[in-house]
Amino acid sequence: MKKVCFWGTRGSLPVSLTARDVREKIISALTAANGKSFKTPAALNEFVATLPFSTTGTFGGNSSCVEIINGGAEHFICDMGSGARPLGQAKIATYGVPNPQTYHIFISHLHWDHLMGFPYFAPMYIPGNRIVIHGCHARLEEAIRLQMRSPCFPVDYSQAGARIEFDLMTPDKAHYIAGINVTPKLQLHAGDSYGYRFESIERTVVYSTDCEHQLDDLVEREACVKFFAGADLVIFDAMYSLAEAVSVKADWGHSSNVVGVELCQAAGARRLALFHHEPAHDDIQLNRLLAETRRLEQITRGDQPALEVISAYDGLTVTL
Amino acid sequence: MHLPTREQSGVLIVSVSGRIDHIASEEFTKALDPLLANCVPGQPPLLLDFSGVEYISSAGLRVLMIASRRAKGQRGVFAIAALQPLVQEVFAISRFNLIMPCYVSLDAACKVLGA
Ligand SMILES: [Zn+2]
Ligand SMILES: [Zn+2]
Repeated sequence: MKKVCFWGTRGSLPVSLTARDVREKIISALTAANGKSFKTPAALNEFVATLPFSTTGTFGGNSSCVEIINGGAEHFICDMGSGARPLGQAKIATYGVPNPQTYHIFISHLHWDHLMGFPYFAPMYIPGNRIVIHGCHARLEEAIRLQMRSPCFPVDYSQAGARIEFDLMTPDKAHYIAGINVTPKLQLHAGDSYGYRFESIERTVVYSTDCEHQLDDLVEREACVKFFAGADLVIFDAMYSLAEAVSVKADWGHSSNVVGVELCQAAGARRLALFHHEPAHDDIQLNRLLAETRRLEQITRGDQPALEVISAYDGLTVTL
Repeated sequence: MHLPTREQSGVLIVSVSGRIDHIASEEFTKALDPLLANCVPGQPPLLLDFSGVEYISSAGLRVLMIASRRAKGQRGVFAIAALQPLVQEVFAISRFNLIMPCYVSLDAACKVLGA
């Protein structure tokens, strides 16, 4: 495994920047410029690079879809949220048609925000492609078919040109798939969700979203620490603040940045990516959350090596 | 876990110290239990003196949330005071400062709670 590319990082429901959001970004940039003039495009670029990400960029609004780039012939994808649409387009642009590809898709669970992009994943309409949908839910195929049926969707599932296979995986067991060992783990979430640990010879990535951590369950804590152990990257559901996760939003099936840091520290993970962002949070709030999470890591680190904390955004590519 | 107590201006002050991590949290819950049982109207407000706490994990914060919720349910008064700066930061980052009554110092807390 070489890289991880985030195509959709938003939780629960896709969102988009509004006209007002864009206007606020422009105002922040112009306020920071404070009347400066820039003689060359390079000077302008240099200035823009000094602005915060919440001014120059956006975390984006597509729902969960993450690609693990292995460098091999077969593609690895976690979840089919709305981020699957730009991912599919990028694949068509790169490989062209016809140029049959194999896509391995790992589904965390059957909630709509993790499946809704599948009907827009262009490679599924192209004959010759092979799509293997891996998951642990007995009703995986049923759920995928359900959303591509009248009156919910104009194109029926039977119109798929690609060969679609389903692979029902066994939790806690390593499955060897195209050069990568993939181990699913059951997580606490309405209707169950599964995290996936991907291990190649040189790298380990853990995808763990839509998971609530019960803080008084020490047995489950140990199991999580083992699941994250030594990972180069842990993609973690940090949708709520800790206070929300244990009070008003207890039992809603999500976790916090604080628990992400604690588990990654205990597991000796190298990098933590905050993921499944709350749709109500704007870029300024998400940026602040990242800064606070980095500070928390710093003040709780002790003698351990530093854990790098990032916040995933649509379009981010991380080199492992 | 031993939690020494003393009374000041009609407030029951409980000294908490050390590291309240996921393992200590269980003991912390047990040690707080008899104190919370008494946190009812007509009894002195319960104030945790956090000046000796160096670290608190998510599990420890959860114990505080449950304690606070229980006290509220019994219409008792429960609060925390004198957080060390780093612990104060953890409260802010976790947003616990928004759901827990926290006072800067014991004196400040007693002034409000002891009246
Ligand atoms: Zn979700
Ligand atoms: Zn879900």
